Amino acid sequence: MIAFVTRRLLLGLVTVWLISMLSFAIIQLPPGDFVDAYIAQLSASGSTVSAEEAAAMRQLYGLGQPIYVQYGKWIFRVVQGDFGESMEWRRPVTEVIGDRIWLTLLLSFSALIITWGLALPIGIYSAVKQYSFGDYAFTLFGFIGIAVPNFLLALIVMYFSFTLLDANVGGLFSADYLLAGWSLGKVWDLMKHLPLPAVILALGGTAQLIRIMRANLLDELRKPYVVTARAKGVAERKVILKYPVRAALNPFASNIAYLFPYLVSGSIIVSIVLGLPTVGPLLVKALIAKDMFLAGTIVLLLGVMTVIGTFISDLVLMWVEPRLRHQMD
Amino acid sequence: MVEPILSVRGLQTRFFGTEGTVRAVDGVDFDVYEGRTLGVVGESGCGKSVTARSVLGIVDRPGKVVGGEAWLTRADGSRVDLFRLPEADMRKVRGREIALVFQEPMASFSQHYTIGNQIAESILLHMGVDEAAARKRAIELLDMVGVPQPDRRVDEYPFQLSGGLRQRVMIAMALACDPRVLIADEPTTALDVTTQAQILDLLRHLQQQRGLAIILITHDMGVIAEMAHDVAVMYLGRAVETGPVADIFARPQHPYTRALLRSIPTVMAKPRTRLPTIAGSIPHPFNRPQGCAFNPRCSESLGAVCAAHEPPAVTADGHEVRCFIHGGQP
Repeated sequence: MIAFVTRRLLLGLVTVWLISMLSFAIIQLPPGDFVDAYIAQLSASGSTVSAEEAAAMRQLYGLGQPIYVQYGKWIFRVVQGDFGESMEWRRPVTEVIGDRIWLTLLLSFSALIITWGLALPIGIYSAVKQYSFGDYAFTLFGFIGIAVPNFLLALIVMYFSFTLLDANVGGLFSADYLLAGWSLGKVWDLMKHLPLPAVILALGGTAQLIRIMRANLLDELRKPYVVTARAKGVAERKVILKYPVRAALNPFASNIAYLFPYLVSGSIIVSIVLGLPTVGPLLVKALIAKDMFLAGTIVLLLGVMTVIGTFISDLVLMWVEPRLRHQMD
Repeated sequence: MVEPILSVRGLQTRFFGTEGTVRAVDGVDFDVYEGRTLGVVGESGCGKSVTARSVLGIVDRPGKVVGGEAWLTRADGSRVDLFRLPEADMRKVRGREIALVFQEPMASFSQHYTIGNQIAESILLHMGVDEAAARKRAIELLDMVGVPQPDRRVDEYPFQLSGGLRQRVMIAMALACDPRVLIADEPTTALDVTTQAQILDLLRHLQQQRGLAIILITHDMGVIAEMAHDVAVMYLGRAVETGPVADIFARPQHPYTRALLRSIPTVMAKPRTRLPTIAGSIPHPFNRPQGCAFNPRCSESLGAVCAAHEPPAVTADGHEVRCFIHGGQP
């Protein structure tokens, strides 16, 4: 088992390395570089950049060099913990991303908890009471949840909370705390703002997981071991929770892997709509401006999180599935 | 006259599907006595397993017991009708007084818990002991059914055991709370012949030791001959012939029983002769034939009377049979 974990960790490192190369290459793919985008932006506002100035900037960022040299220099510094300087913001990348990465993680994690907290009991209910009124109601809700893009949901929620409740639901902080340093008051303010975007982000995934849980559990409920448990005189509620639900949890565990990056990348549009200070909007801006170091760092971070998510999901799966554990020995 | 531990009368179980109602069990009577084995035999789909589940009240939806009585004589001598027992009391019967052993030992165990956990579950539920005592008893039970190294095996998962061991563990689990009736639903069907013989030996041994009443459900006449004291032959949800095993084998009265017995291969037969089979196939449960259900396949059919009326139970040559060739008024 230790061998398995070590192997997975090493493979994860290789994956991250490949992701870093790929992301660096993809960011370079569109024609032009940061200086071109910068000149275009400035000329749109009426000012110009001289040829010497442009050349100096390219020199500064090393943009004239072949791509593999640029990548080599970049990755060499990244390994040392230096992610470079954002060209657009003219500040170190770590500073630009700053708290955003933690807020993104917090938001994603909250959404994940809500997804599970809702999908698990509703999925169980829908399967046990198949074809009941409640099952149909949740099925309807589920299909709406899958069909409606969550940024649209965000817009609707914003509209109604603004018109009906006269409340502005954008952002994760109120104006008073936006620029203030961290304090208890700011944390409390964050806690008050967190639930709504978390619920909006969670809804799509919840609807999907309900369907998955229901289908899995319906399969498991017909298995002979359920009859065995009943024949032992175990109460019905315990029969279902101990045996078929346990078996239906497997796909839940393997779902963490793909749910995790989805919550990060899927939150981009919602974050823009709701004005959330997460990394999503930052990535979009960095890509438009061809701000290589910033975009590269964010894509790399997303890659690392995906790899970690997959790793965690493997560990959880091993924990819930004895058969897997014993195959390894 | 010894009183039966379990006495079932007129059991009717129906499945209310969207395409119609299936009479899976349609008026079955049988008695089970202490220390004796009742063999229930019949083709697939004749209602054997549903009968077993009906007695325990664990028929899956949309199935439902709609009629009949099942009188259980409890340890203290009182008699209760299982079909009129509240669910909470019924749970105390399941696993405690009547236990089940299933056909597929692999599928009938959860793969997510150790065998010790699954055996101890009913002990904890019915015996009012703590976990350490339940575990100790689980190990004793494993030892009793002949599982080697029980103190190590108790912490293993079902998928780590061989098929034969799994079925032994299944029997240990069923006997965990000293039930007085054991229903074994095709306990050896999924096993190879050698293991089959071992499991049957084990069941017989446990029966002698504890005076267990066993209901042995099988489609295998060989198993019946080896194990049963009494036999109920089932066809399409009815017991068509019941009686002591020697009588049934020596003097079968129902044409269906005779046909079943003829279709057993024997080493005495002339080589390269065709084994007799029963003509036709079991009718679909929705299209249950009018009158005697076996009539369309029967080689001894009397014609109109069999096609029109259901034969009542009559006594022929010392045991009960439902067939007009032995008389009985339509």
